[in-house]
Amino acid sequence: MATIEKAQVFEAPGREGSPVEVKDRYENFIGGGWVPPAKGEYRENLSPVTGEPFSTVADSTPEDIELALDAAHAAKATWSKSSLEEREKVLLAMADAVEENLQMLAVAESYDNGKPVRETLAADIPLVADHLRYFAGAARAEEGRISEIDEKTVAYHFQEPLGVVGQIIPFNFPLLMAAWKIAPALAAGNCTVVKPASPTPWSILKLMEVLADVVPPGVINVVNGPGAEIGRALATNKRIAKIAFTGETVTGRLIMRYAADSIIPSTVELGGKSPNVFFADVMDADDDFLDKAVEGFVLYAFNKGEVCTCPSRALVDESIYDEFMERVLARIAAIRQGDPLDPSTMMGPQVSKSQIEKVEGYVEIGKEEGAKVLIGGHRTQGLADELSGGYYFEPTVLEGTNDMRVFQEEIFGPVVSVTKFADEAEALKIANDTLYGLGAGVWTRDGARAFRMGRGIEAGRVWTNCYHQYPAHAAFGGYKISGVGRENHRMMLDHYSQTKCLLVSYDEKAMGLF
Amino acid sequence: MASVRATPAAVGALERLRERHGEIVLHQSGGCCAGSAAMCLRADELPPGPHDVELGKVGGVPFLIDADLHRRLGSPDFVLDLAAGREDTFSLEGADGVHFTSRVRPAKVPGSR
Repeated sequence: MATIEKAQVFEAPGREGSPVEVKDRYENFIGGGWVPPAKGEYRENLSPVTGEPFSTVADSTPEDIELALDAAHAAKATWSKSSLEEREKVLLAMADAVEENLQMLAVAESYDNGKPVRETLAADIPLVADHLRYFAGAARAEEGRISEIDEKTVAYHFQEPLGVVGQIIPFNFPLLMAAWKIAPALAAGNCTVVKPASPTPWSILKLMEVLADVVPPGVINVVNGPGAEIGRALATNKRIAKIAFTGETVTGRLIMRYAADSIIPSTVELGGKSPNVFFADVMDADDDFLDKAVEGFVLYAFNKGEVCTCPSRALVDESIYDEFMERVLARIAAIRQGDPLDPSTMMGPQVSKSQIEKVEGYVEIGKEEGAKVLIGGHRTQGLADELSGGYYFEPTVLEGTNDMRVFQEEIFGPVVSVTKFADEAEALKIANDTLYGLGAGVWTRDGARAFRMGRGIEAGRVWTNCYHQYPAHAAFGGYKISGVGRENHRMMLDHYSQTKCLLVSYDEKAMGLF
Repeated sequence: MASVRATPAAVGALERLRERHGEIVLHQSGGCCAGSAAMCLRADELPPGPHDVELGKVGGVPFLIDADLHRRLGSPDFVLDLAAGREDTFSLEGADGVHFTSRVRPAKVPGSR
């Protein structure tokens, strides 16, 4: 964070003095260049910061998916045969290009999505570069296995690229989620057609401007447009060898069904309702650890709650509840909300009008169900005039019980539902009393309890005395209806590879069957 | 038994979608970015699965939900409505720059234990 201590407010993209240039219109990125959509349609792209349009992007149709697949298949012949050294060089060059453009990409990402630039400068964009480097190294260090079946028979196992894959990216981390998917796909020797989320179609195009010179043409292709048309056209296409998706459950089912229709693999990440469990011993001392635990609770407001793993259910030991919540609420009250391009801003606007309406609706549902609003609960008032059209919602805490809808449904906003528990057994029971199983948090000074809870919670990622860290080399993915597959780890290379077994006999003699 | 109703705006949108796409169906979704909304799909796209229940029909269109999800939500009544803006889903109405919402009224008031 050293580079942003001065709290210089960045000029909005397109304005004089901004690190980000904006064109009037953005075409699709296909075959290494910019290709207008076949039907010539574009749509306005709004920034959630102001609610105003600031550019237009391609509103593509299935023909454009076909063009992207043509380009990807043309590139496949070379890329899938490229040496690991060549692939590593490309991925490292991509990482370098991202880092050289850190500030520009951070501001673009912030403006397209609404997330604070302090997060994009310190986390999103550096993690994009890091993931590219991680998979460059991981793929380089992969080796196949050899099994000796008997003295004269050996099985050689080679990992081969799938070919051309389809990847559908969510709106909450437009660049980082793209990197999570693109990096392993490329490292494993695949070419990709990427469909960004409709609310955030633009920052990835700024990324492609940066990467155009370092990625071979056709290896990455980006097509923007409506999910129902081009997301479907991509996911149902017979020319993809795998489909990856992050989103909600019905589309997740659709994706898996499409994959079944084509008999190809799919990976889906479908959200969560993650418990964040605070045991009484966090308050045994008034020290750094307690401070960290209090922050750990408040991390539900990270990225304005638009995170699949948002710790949106807080479970607090009843014996410390009042005292702990007093500290938590004070910390929440100190959250600085406003222009995400101001590096001192901690929380920006929700991504779209429909998202803030949904968040508002859930707070009402919670109140109807009997939940108590401990803080927040409204659209943010008193912001600067130019932000009045943006989608700002106060960080909110609802107190209630785990059977309420606001404890069971993913709100995807800065709303946490908090409840009490009496002992470890009840904490575990409440933690697992959900359809989802993506993330969880456990906070305790007792190491044995931390392990018991961590192993007991049915979720793919249990942050233990931390939360919302997403380093490469730590597997991420869901239990239960939160999805199938893992990201962020070299095991991803298996999700993007075929296994070829050469079964070789050195025996000169016939088997003797015929 | 829970029921489902639709506002006139939602019924109008369903009629237009049916003219364009033929038989359609509504699936209540959950989770992540655009979850917790009803998704309108062509009927042959995602036929009712073994775990889906049909809560009723709105404008002649079946409204389906996963049985576990329905139970988790407290078996509420749904009201299908229409709002401006394209959501980021595979739902058919997105092409018209609108999206369905599904408000609920809780069938019971939990939290009274």
